[in-house]
Amino acid sequence: MTTPAVSLQGASLSFGNRVLWHDLDLEINPGEFFAVLGPNGSGKTSFLRVLLGLQPLTHGSARINGSSVARGSRDIGYIPQQKSFVSGTPLRARDLVGLGLDGHRWGVRLNGRRHRRRVDELLDLVGASSYAEAPVGLLSGGEQQRLRAAQALATDPKVLLCDEPLLSLDLHHQQAVSALINTQCHEQNSAVVFVTHEINPIIDYVDRVLYLAGGQFRVGAPEDVMTTEVLSDMYNSHVEVIHNEGRIIVVGLPDATTHHHGEED
Amino acid sequence: MDLNEFMNAVFNFEDYSQLLPLVTNSLIAGAVLGLVGGLIGTFVMMRDLAFAVHGIAELSFAGAAFALLIGANVVFGSLLGSVVAAVILGVMGMRARDRNSIIGVIMPFGLGLGILFLSLYEGRSANKFGLLTGQIVSVDTVQLNVMLGCSLFVIVALLAIWRPLTFASADPDLAEARGVPVGKLAIGFMFLLGLAVALSIQIVGALLVLALVITPSAAALRVTASPRLVVGLSVIFALVSVVGGILLALGGRIPISPYVTTISFLIYVVCRLIGARRDKLGRTRRSASPDIAAVKVTAA
Ligand SMILES: Nc1ncnc2c1ncn2[C@@H]1O[C@H](COP(=O)(O)OP(=O)(O)O)[C@@H](O)[C@H]1O
Ligand SMILES: [Mg+2]
Repeated sequence: MTTPAVSLQGASLSFGNRVLWHDLDLEINPGEFFAVLGPNGSGKTSFLRVLLGLQPLTHGSARINGSSVARGSRDIGYIPQQKSFVSGTPLRARDLVGLGLDGHRWGVRLNGRRHRRRVDELLDLVGASSYAEAPVGLLSGGEQQRLRAAQALATDPKVLLCDEPLLSLDLHHQQAVSALINTQCHEQNSAVVFVTHEINPIIDYVDRVLYLAGGQFRVGAPEDVMTTEVLSDMYNSHVEVIHNEGRIIVVGLPDATTHHHGEED
Repeated sequence: MDLNEFMNAVFNFEDYSQLLPLVTNSLIAGAVLGLVGGLIGTFVMMRDLAFAVHGIAELSFAGAAFALLIGANVVFGSLLGSVVAAVILGVMGMRARDRNSIIGVIMPFGLGLGILFLSLYEGRSANKFGLLTGQIVSVDTVQLNVMLGCSLFVIVALLAIWRPLTFASADPDLAEARGVPVGKLAIGFMFLLGLAVALSIQIVGALLVLALVITPSAAALRVTASPRLVVGLSVIFALVSVVGGILLALGGRIPISPYVTTISFLIYVVCRLIGARRDKLGRTRRSASPDIAAVKVTAA
């Protein structure tokens, strides 16, 4: 039996008396595309922070590849919730990707040529070669997001954590970025944990979803979780889920439809 | 010998070559501080700390004024005030907005203290003035050694934390996830910044520190985004401003700080113009975001 890429046992997380989830048992396998859905503030980012070793669980345990979560694990690639770079940032696209490769090391970089070659490969992988030398602050959200993907793929991670990577991207970039992540999932057999507001852009890739709402959670295939009954039960009010031509439309979410506007803080 | 006596006594253009050896100490100090200012300035810009530098400078001024009052070493007083202010800001004000309000509170307090100490001080008034507007021409060998030692420390420490500090400054979320000690680096950086500000004050004075710590890097950022070039240019700009300022001041009756600030300002203006031109050309030259077909992936 293979070691699960991610495993949570009896995991609970609360802040004060606000419970985000309680008693969550979950295993995510290598090569699985796993989506995390839920309204704002339901704990999606916190879920990723637990896996990154940045947020201790209130109860239970979290493991990555069989060992307890730890900050700075090279097994994890991470695309943080989008925050665009300001125009004065003294970094070009290639420098940003380079930091994803060795930014955690002390001192100044000495192995220039090898580093450069690896950065070129990563830029090529995400289709960002044409703006490798451009200042990151001048790139569009979609272009910056590809660089984020390149950073996340830099260590050939076994687990790829993506926090709303499609937010504020146009349709083309949404497709490109999710296809890229799906490729990593299937060709490199990485587990992907994909936090998103909107399941439709990735509906063709998703194996299972974790739906967080109102301190509860449900795990399962999208067609089992994304139903009128389940969501109505979780939100404690009537929610209509329509499946149409392979898309899932959720209607009547109570106040949770509020969209993100840029950063949360 | 104080600045005015010095100028009155020896100023003469014909004697320039004889004057030069007299300011060797100042020139060395200026060059090293230019290096420090140029190096640290890049991070000050990235971390949005311009206002913090100003706040630190005022507390540094208070420290120096106190040292002057009690007859202690001014450089040490200035270092102490600076480092205390910087570390307080580092610990308390992680978020930009909190930080700015804390600075807004600390800055007038520091200036007020400094003025109090100065008005109690009964020594030469040129010393008082120097703390606010610069005094490097009177650098003696002891001061020079303290400054060189501190500068060397700042430079070596900065190089040691260079990469993770860049990472943490540009991209704190990812840096944190990659195991970079973002919070500790922030405090460590503030400590180094405190040292650098105190040192710069010895040249340009508390009121004009930004000319040495911000302007050169801000200028460099207008013309390039390559990290190496930014650092290289900002060091060169800072060096040219300080050394140029000292050399020019030698030929006039004015203190050096106006020269330093004017040179660095002019460099900034020129860089802005070049940057504006470059932006206009660059936007059209840079290929637009690549077509979807360029992505080397196939949806599985
Ligand atoms: N360190 C923390 N301390 C206290 N509350 C927190 C902390 N981190 C997150 N929260 C709260 O937990 C909830 C979930 O946050 P988050 O995981 O960012 O939600 P999402 O990503 O789903 O929008 C929010 O109400 C947030 O305010
Ligand atoms: Mg979030």
